[in-house]
Amino acid sequence: MASKPRVKVPKKAAPGEVITIKTLINHKMESGQRKDGDGNLIPRMIINKFTAEFNGQPVFSADMHGAISANPYMEFTAKVEQSGTFKFTWVDDEGSVYTTESEITVG
Amino acid sequence: MNMNRRDALALGAGAAAFALTGLAGGQAFASAEDVDKKLMEIAGGSMPEMGKVMLATPEIAENGNTVPVSVSVESAMAGGDMVESITLYADGNPNPEVVTFHFTALSGAAQANTRMRLAKTQNVVAVAKMADGSTYMDKKQVKVTIGGCGG
Repeated sequence: MASKPRVKVPKKAAPGEVITIKTLINHKMESGQRKDGDGNLIPRMIINKFTAEFNGQPVFSADMHGAISANPYMEFTAKVEQSGTFKFTWVDDEGSVYTTESEITVG
Repeated sequence: MNMNRRDALALGAGAAAFALTGLAGGQAFASAEDVDKKLMEIAGGSMPEMGKVMLATPEIAENGNTVPVSVSVESAMAGGDMVESITLYADGNPNPEVVTFHFTALSGAAQANTRMRLAKTQNVVAVAKMADGSTYMDKKQVKVTIGGCGG
């Protein structure tokens, strides 16, 4: 349903720097408001949760509703004190989980 | 959306009731009152204060299917000066909720951008909840040329 997520995390940062992270995942985000050709409501099927962790610690998360556009885009910040790995997770209404990781060198 | 005048009038009367019972099916839209009610819930009985929150939206959105929105709150994001969450509401969509961002000390700043759907011209409201329980809001009107609800 959803394809490979894309994330943009800087490769390097100074200790304590606040970096900007951009993420995008392909998903049609069916809002549950549209009707098919026969006038039946197409059931809602969206990504409802996004989380970002750094070395296992929560950084940022978002609860999404039907009003988020298709191929949901998220841009947010993170403060990095040491090198480590960001883990990004998307969960949709069917329970499918998509994850990707990204490393950063600090120092 | 095929709707004659009679339907439109009936809908207007029924919309509030629909939204209240959460039966927003297809054609019923949320109203400013629904959003106000949710704001009061978050703020614990009164309306959140205007200020501190910066909500940036385009004045005119040609395509309601993808409207960029940016929200931020001035905060040190440390100690007592923390933003817990920012929630966005759209008062003219079938469901007023858009998204809730949750922040932590590791966020470094209370700031996020995303893209949302808007069914028609309406107000977008951002509410920030601070760690000490206080709440702040900002409101912007977005004019939508082509709605984003597939109707």
